Amino acid sequence: MYVAHLSLADFRSYTEVELPLEPGVTTFVGPNGQGKTNLVEAVNYLATLGSHRVAQDAPLVRFGTERAVIRADVVDTSATTPRHNLLEVEITPGKANRARLNRSPATRPRDILGIVTTVLFAPEDLALVKGDPAQRRRFLDDVLVARAPRFAGVRADYDRVLKQRNALLKSAGAATRGAKRGGQAPDLSTLDVWDTHLSTAGAELLAARLELVDALRPLVAKAYDAVAAGGAGDAQLTYRSSLGPEMDQAADRDTLARELLAAAGRARQDEIERGVSLVGPHRDDLVLGLGPMPAKGYASHGESWSFALALRLASYELLRAGGSDPVLVLDDVFAELDTGRRDRLARLVADAEQVLVTAAVPDDVPDRLEGSRVDVGSGSVRPVG
Amino acid sequence: MYEGVVQNLIDELGRLPGVGPKSAQRIAFHLLAADVDDVRRLVSALTEVKEKVRFCATCGNVAEDELCRICLDQRRDPSILCVVEEPKDVVAIERTREYRGRYHVLGGAISPIEGVGPDELRVRELMSRLADGTVTELILATDPNLEGEATATYLARMVASLGLRVTRLASGLPVGGDLEYADEVTLGRAFEGRRSLDV
Repeated sequence: MYVAHLSLADFRSYTEVELPLEPGVTTFVGPNGQGKTNLVEAVNYLATLGSHRVAQDAPLVRFGTERAVIRADVVDTSATTPRHNLLEVEITPGKANRARLNRSPATRPRDILGIVTTVLFAPEDLALVKGDPAQRRRFLDDVLVARAPRFAGVRADYDRVLKQRNALLKSAGAATRGAKRGGQAPDLSTLDVWDTHLSTAGAELLAARLELVDALRPLVAKAYDAVAAGGAGDAQLTYRSSLGPEMDQAADRDTLARELLAAAGRARQDEIERGVSLVGPHRDDLVLGLGPMPAKGYASHGESWSFALALRLASYELLRAGGSDPVLVLDDVFAELDTGRRDRLARLVADAEQVLVTAAVPDDVPDRLEGSRVDVGSGSVRPVG
Repeated sequence: MYEGVVQNLIDELGRLPGVGPKSAQRIAFHLLAADVDDVRRLVSALTEVKEKVRFCATCGNVAEDELCRICLDQRRDPSILCVVEEPKDVVAIERTREYRGRYHVLGGAISPIEGVGPDELRVRELMSRLADGTVTELILATDPNLEGEATATYLARMVASLGLRVTRLASGLPVGGDLEYADEVTLGRAFEGRRSLDV
């Protein structure tokens, strides 16, 4: 697939942008702070309904305006005849966002997921290796959603159950402390019900993640080899479940649901005291290893970068094997890499259907990725040549 | 901002569910321009509803007396009880004209975020209605969302020892709809609940 046209209204620094795009490589060049990343962020928003830079929607809307609109003409080339899809998302902070597909409104914005998928490389990716587990869980879940959009629903359901259960645990904890001082004992009769729902929803997410990690493992090892070219050792992935080490292998949903339910039972006392749910996919981690050592803390800066790139490249390979080429976005990454890694990365992505690159210094981008160039400066976007 | 009284009216209307500031303003100006008699009728309807309408002592449905119309109706089957969240759900089920049993209105669904547990719902009343053994089937017709499902699971566990037939409304495809427009959760449920076709 590729994006044939991108329009923005009141998005980030832009009042209005109309930008035609081609398959192949497009490089956005311009000084810092001119809005190069804003353009690719918009494309990525249509794929994930979120920004890779901020957790909230408010900064996405141009300062002083109420709503931003992202519109894109996406061409699906996986069918025999290319098909145009017009995607539109209206972002209104504080209210529900609205999405339209081919001019008809979608019931929920997440119904448009899957029309365009992206794999985004950004300086923030280093946090995949060096950051906290939440970053890696998000990476896995985002790939799940890109592969099968229905997982957006699964994840939303799980989050909802988790919120309800945590609210109950919090009030039960407060009541327990009150009971010690002679107050009423907490009502725990509904906790069993939430345990059941948490384990069913959690098992579905967990089973999918385990299966995904199995699929990614060989691809990550291969991609790491290709990027690092004879680094310290093999790149390894291990899923660390809050259920314990015996549960890091792919298992069927019913078994996982049973295990989750049992684990919630064992953790109950602790959970009430602390007022949070302590078992479930929201407490898991994806452990990255280089040879016998964990990457976090042991890997050098360069190795960490290679690992982050390998994770992205592996997800790209995986999505590509699923039928349709995702749009590759390389946001300011070349400036972070040494010449060897730059060239090897460029070689790996050069044949992708569409690559969007941003760079402050054009010389940072390897020659191999020479495509059409777009100059970005002082709020304007101009294709060159 | 408008003059005191008008702004008061807009503020009050804006507190109603589904009415935003713009709609509130529109309704307020509509009322200002409307005939005095029309407004009086609305006022008396509002006062009457608060004075006369009560909740049925047995089932919790809206009633104008101690008991609601359905609980008073001797022709309704007392052995089947349908549990719903809100009085408006009773109206929805009544429209089908398929159901001849009685109702129990919970007054909401379990939602710890909003501080609603079994004690805030009419669960105790339900248990005492079930105690004498008249009811043989309990239909759990809470909403098919997370909170509704949790409430149904909770109730099913509570009554498990009573030896009742406990059923849950089926979820699946809307009648007259197109398969392709169904979302994947609904379609998945419809698959789970498929039944054999007798010819």
